[in-house]
Amino acid sequence: MLQKKDLVGLIDVTKAELTELLDVAAEMKVHLKAGEKNLSYLKGKTATILFYENSTRTRTSFELAAKYLGATVINIAAGSSSVAKGETLVDTGKTLDAQLNDFLIMRHPMGGAPYLLGKTVKASVLNAGDGMNEHPTQGLLDMLTMRETFGTLQGLKVAILGDIKHSRVAKSNLFGLKTMGADVYMYAPETLIPKGIDKLGAKLCKSKEEAIDNADVVMGLRIQLERQQAGNFPSLDEYAHFYGVTAKDLKRAKPNAIVMHPGPVNRGVELTGKVIDHDQSRIEEQVFSGIAVRMAALKLLNDYRNAKGVTNV
Amino acid sequence: MIIRNGNVVFKDSVEKKDILVSGGKILRIADCLPANGDPEIDATGKHVFPGFIDMHVHLRDPGYEHKEDIESGAKAAVKGGFTQICCMPNTNPIMDNKVVVSYVKHKAQEVNLCKIHPIGAITKGEKGEQLAEIGEMKAAGAVAISDDGVSVRNSRLMYLAMEYASGFDIKCLCHCEDKELVDGGVVNEGLSSTIAGLKGIPRAAEDIMIARDIALAESLDVPVHICHVSTHSGVRLIRDAKKAGVKVTAETCPHYFAATDELVRTFDTNTKVNPPIREEMDKQAILDGLVDGTLDCIVTDHAPHHINDKNVEYNLAAFGISGIETSFGFAITYLYKSGVLSLCEIADKMSANPAKILGLQGGEIKEGAVADLTIADLDEKWTVDPAKFVSKGKNNPFGGYVLDGVVKYTIVDGEIKYQA
Repeated sequence: MLQKKDLVGLIDVTKAELTELLDVAAEMKVHLKAGEKNLSYLKGKTATILFYENSTRTRTSFELAAKYLGATVINIAAGSSSVAKGETLVDTGKTLDAQLNDFLIMRHPMGGAPYLLGKTVKASVLNAGDGMNEHPTQGLLDMLTMRETFGTLQGLKVAILGDIKHSRVAKSNLFGLKTMGADVYMYAPETLIPKGIDKLGAKLCKSKEEAIDNADVVMGLRIQLERQQAGNFPSLDEYAHFYGVTAKDLKRAKPNAIVMHPGPVNRGVELTGKVIDHDQSRIEEQVFSGIAVRMAALKLLNDYRNAKGVTNV
Repeated sequence: MIIRNGNVVFKDSVEKKDILVSGGKILRIADCLPANGDPEIDATGKHVFPGFIDMHVHLRDPGYEHKEDIESGAKAAVKGGFTQICCMPNTNPIMDNKVVVSYVKHKAQEVNLCKIHPIGAITKGEKGEQLAEIGEMKAAGAVAISDDGVSVRNSRLMYLAMEYASGFDIKCLCHCEDKELVDGGVVNEGLSSTIAGLKGIPRAAEDIMIARDIALAESLDVPVHICHVSTHSGVRLIRDAKKAGVKVTAETCPHYFAATDELVRTFDTNTKVNPPIREEMDKQAILDGLVDGTLDCIVTDHAPHHINDKNVEYNLAAFGISGIETSFGFAITYLYKSGVLSLCEIADKMSANPAKILGLQGGEIKEGAVADLTIADLDEKWTVDPAKFVSKGKNNPFGGYVLDGVVKYTIVDGEIKYQA
């Protein structure tokens, strides 16, 4: 059973815990496919969604996940709350705790913010992405999507191409996939590879070919335009040429390889339109997996709270 | 006053001696002094050091008294064994004129604990645009100049500052940091910054400015002092410059010789310090630099902050460690007990060399010298508990560390200013 009050990263989630999260997520998919969107695991519980960064996909995914489980859900756009009036994260957390929230789902532009919030509150904190640190439910939804395709994660070759340095998605995938026995290959402009990532088990490649050759999974990462403006690479055209995945590149991967991307995609940059719309693309399945893993995470954290008697009352 | 039977740390030896103090001076040092009716301190089993001098301290006064003030900072200093401290000018207003220098001197006299020497700013407002009134500040009591917290970005202006200051026989203490290269980084760039997802600061950001300031000093043939060295490559730059005859001196801090950046992985904002705590290879090079004399001084860069400045997201937290009460324990534990430096060498780094670099009294135990003395028990262990600091700044990441070495007495001008 998941032995944590908070889910802030995959760095310290064990293989057994990951397996349980993925198993429960798979069950959630069965419920959802059967049209059961009125489950009661979180009946009587409250979840507040606190986003300090813009997001549509992740925010709505968490909101639906909590609602499908029967929770009451509140949305706070940080820009329109007391946060904008200068309230500190610690004070915001204490306020939300006093309102008897059971779950706080937070996205924050700064690494480590969910740790600070988790230390402050009795509610369970779910990290929906913190700076360059982690995005654990994205890692889980990617792993669920891979496991559904291949039956296992053990021994898979996963190629991740793009802005590794600023990517919390790449980090969570790396931590989770290594724990589950997959091999993670990375390729990016040298300016967008974080120092020491190889010491965490990533295999750094010298070319797109080396990364994609014989891969089971080819994952592109979103590139932010401001990275180019900050001097990390000369132009989007050059980036697309060397680091973007084309249909031709994809032929180097295994015949049954799948294409993934955390979205939103810059068409023609990280992946060509052909690759995005390819029948090997799992980008839409990833979105569906997202709801399922977030339901699983909420359920398992709730089970932990019940088992340990953690409440806000 | 007679200090009896202590192990006295002289320049080149440690010997069991009695010390007679009178009129603020060390009057006699002998094997067995006759009692003269003066009060006596039994220093049996303890060590007597020349009073420690911390040439890099932030007292936050005037302007940020919620973080520290001259009185609380001085109390913390004498508890840490320091008889003299030098305070940096990044106050509010910035100490870039004789009025603020005089205010600090005046308040230090009122507090009357350790000696407090102001360090004036190099440039007005530490803005790096125009020279501060260096001569006036020196006349008012400033012992050095520094824009600590930032580098003077314009090399021409820094060149002129060093040149002008040399006419007043006053040194630039250089905070070395290339802001563009730091680009908002908060921790050392390396495996730990990658694991934590925190923006890294490459070593080059520090090294470039160390190299520049060495080049300016060499070009002018004037002395220069490099603050809080944290990188292995910075140590090498300074070592090479010294070999080449450049008049460069340098300091480091306990957190650079005793810790590595693995600490930041917990997101403890008390580990956030500028320059950042680096990696094992840097720590080793700092130790080597202390041993071979490349690094002349151990300072604390005591940077007290209020809890509100630290109980926030790592990126938003203030830089700095409140370290003046733990410095001696770190030196004894990580340098003396581990066999890196002798007690004489520790006394050099924490007393004689700072005195020499800044032209201060003290730094050595000898007859006729000022009676600034620190008496300590090197075998007594204690556990760091920042909540119990007398400094207002409780921001120290080493809570729970067990250290050797407890300061028992701090004596300034022959008067006991602190007793454990």
